[in-house]
Amino acid sequence: MAAQPETVEQVRAVTEQKYKYGFTTDIEADVAPKGLNEDIVRFISAKKEEPEWLLDWRLKAFRVWQTMEEPQWAAVSFPPIDYQDAHYYAAPKKKAGPKSLDEVDPELLKTYEKLGIPLREQEILAGVEGSEGKSPAIAVDAVFDSVSVATTFKAKLEEMGIIFCAISEAVQKHPELVKKYLGSVVPYTDNYYATLNCAVFTDGSFVYIPKGVRCPMELSTYFRINQANTGQFERTLIIADEGAYVSYLEGCTAPQRDENQLHAAVVELVAMDDATIKYSTVQNWYPGNAEGVGGIYNFVTKRGACRGKNSKISWTQVETGSAITWKYPSCILQGDNSVGEFYSVAITNNFQQADTGTKMIHIGKNTRSTIVSKGISAGKAQQTYRGLVKILPKAEGARNHTQCDSLLIGDQCGAHTVPYIESRNRSARIEHEATTAKISEDQLFYCRQRGISEEDAVSLIVNGFCKEVLKELPMEFAVEAQKLVGISLEGSVG
Amino acid sequence: MIEIKNLHATVDGKEILKGVDLTIRPGEVHAIMGPNGAGKSTMSYVLAGRDGYEVTEGSVTYYGKDLLAMEPEERAAEGVFLAFQYPVEIPGVGNTTFLKTAINAIRKHRGEKELDAMQFLKLIREKTKALGMSDEMLKRAVNVGFSGGEKKRNETLQMAVLEPKFAILDETDSGLDIDALKIVAEGVNALRSPERSMLVITHYQRLLDYIVPDHVHVLAAGRIVKSGGKELALELEKNGYRDFGASEAA
Repeated sequence: MAAQPETVEQVRAVTEQKYKYGFTTDIEADVAPKGLNEDIVRFISAKKEEPEWLLDWRLKAFRVWQTMEEPQWAAVSFPPIDYQDAHYYAAPKKKAGPKSLDEVDPELLKTYEKLGIPLREQEILAGVEGSEGKSPAIAVDAVFDSVSVATTFKAKLEEMGIIFCAISEAVQKHPELVKKYLGSVVPYTDNYYATLNCAVFTDGSFVYIPKGVRCPMELSTYFRINQANTGQFERTLIIADEGAYVSYLEGCTAPQRDENQLHAAVVELVAMDDATIKYSTVQNWYPGNAEGVGGIYNFVTKRGACRGKNSKISWTQVETGSAITWKYPSCILQGDNSVGEFYSVAITNNFQQADTGTKMIHIGKNTRSTIVSKGISAGKAQQTYRGLVKILPKAEGARNHTQCDSLLIGDQCGAHTVPYIESRNRSARIEHEATTAKISEDQLFYCRQRGISEEDAVSLIVNGFCKEVLKELPMEFAVEAQKLVGISLEGSVG
Repeated sequence: MIEIKNLHATVDGKEILKGVDLTIRPGEVHAIMGPNGAGKSTMSYVLAGRDGYEVTEGSVTYYGKDLLAMEPEERAAEGVFLAFQYPVEIPGVGNTTFLKTAINAIRKHRGEKELDAMQFLKLIREKTKALGMSDEMLKRAVNVGFSGGEKKRNETLQMAVLEPKFAILDETDSGLDIDALKIVAEGVNALRSPERSMLVITHYQRLLDYIVPDHVHVLAAGRIVKSGGKELALELEKNGYRDFGASEAA
């Protein structure tokens, strides 16, 4: 049965979410002058007291970037970005890299508190008896504008040889690891936004899990853009050595502003023999208002290399925010028997645009990949799933299964699926399934007849639609993500 | 008590109900029978408050309240339950989650404390046991991949959990073989109580062999044209609906 106009209207009303992270924090900041040139690149590098090799690498990237053009192939549209009209470095004015939470600006801590981030190491640092045992098993690295402000549980992790710190700190303390792996998955010539990131990246997280170590807790980074007119270019590098396991969570928010802000991050994952990396993202950058003004441009390059045999990289993402999302977390399946997974929920509402998907490159023998993508569109939003499955000649016995489901709410939004499949090995098996559905009047009425309000019904149905993906998230995040799915689509009625 | 007075309703501008009068007292089971197109399903949707079913005249008083002024979910919270002719599938939503969301929404409306996971589990175990159902059905998504019989049994379970004051059973027998029909009817009979009224809508008499009504009404061309006791159903089975202006034989 076709949706009645009133229902469409009601659903529209309930889908206009209120963005609850739209506050700014009043903190004195150390900001680079607007604009982008070699001096700015040098400025950033100098601020970070970086070694010569890193500055050289940044400058090489910058020179390449100047010769590149913005990619035009994604199904998104936006006015040209003036790259000279933004700040490329902003740091809370306080000594970077505080030794303990006591040294962190209380205003900052308040911000994270508002965001609901459990920086509970505070307790431990404050010497509260027994707090260590009670604390949740999540270590958090918090990145505010351009600088990592606090990393929790560091000491505990260090005992096991696990390195979890800001990437700027890793550059100082573990230069051999950074030098070896930085740019090894996403080279500085990769693409327009990634290359820009190489030139001006400011901070991000660094993780190294040594051989045979199973990281005992979730590692988590919260990114927040606070300053006006700043871009955020964080860089994350995660290495799981032979037989290691790590589950990593990333969350993002930004204040509500009328202008668009650029976020061009790069994430590189490296999994050696028998290693597993599970990378989960809940992205809730400010999406702009109901008329499509403001919001974050989220142009992100995420890629993982399954270098070793039997290695596994699993991406799970819940994308509810950003005005525009351009993002394709990918896996390069080099090692024999390696496994790549991509589980995605993308929700677009109002005027949001998302072009997102994945790339699975099968190189090794018996490599397997699974893609499950759930797209939900409401309002006037447009969404595209774009995915590449590529089987190279030596990938004997490679298998891929792709499932792309779209759910439409109302009749002014769109969902598009663009799968690219290239197979150069006859033994490969590739499956692609796609469906498009609408929330039906029947389903809504059925729920309401059982006493469930219309907005709760929408949330219930959408959560059911995404279930396959949400169940991939770590427990602590799953509950949050479920609520977020609800909030993105319900907001407050009337 | 439910009092339906001179109820007129249109669907897509076409008048389907043309003045229905019916009074149902607590504990009574009324059957509505009628030929195809008489307005039976329209009546159940109007009482449950579905969008697109517009009441143009008349009233429905439900335990002193104006039923027609309420949203569907409010009616549910006040104790109106519709067992659907075609129960709807909701992929990915577990039966248990669905039921828990429903019962807690209703409890909240009534100012009662919401059930926590343990309390709910206990309740649902009792109910499934009483209905002779397996736990396995609870784990599956709402009605997804259910057989016709399972769907109807699931409706009965929902009714048992939500404990309505007024249950409308819309063509509960459709799509059921005789064994499934017996099981569902047993479930419904187990829920008969002095406080609970039921309106059983059916085309065929056979359902009424198992759910025996106190009153039978014939709905034809949007009006109740004849009322009687349970023997009226047998009469209809014999003579069909021709006497009531139906264009086709039942």
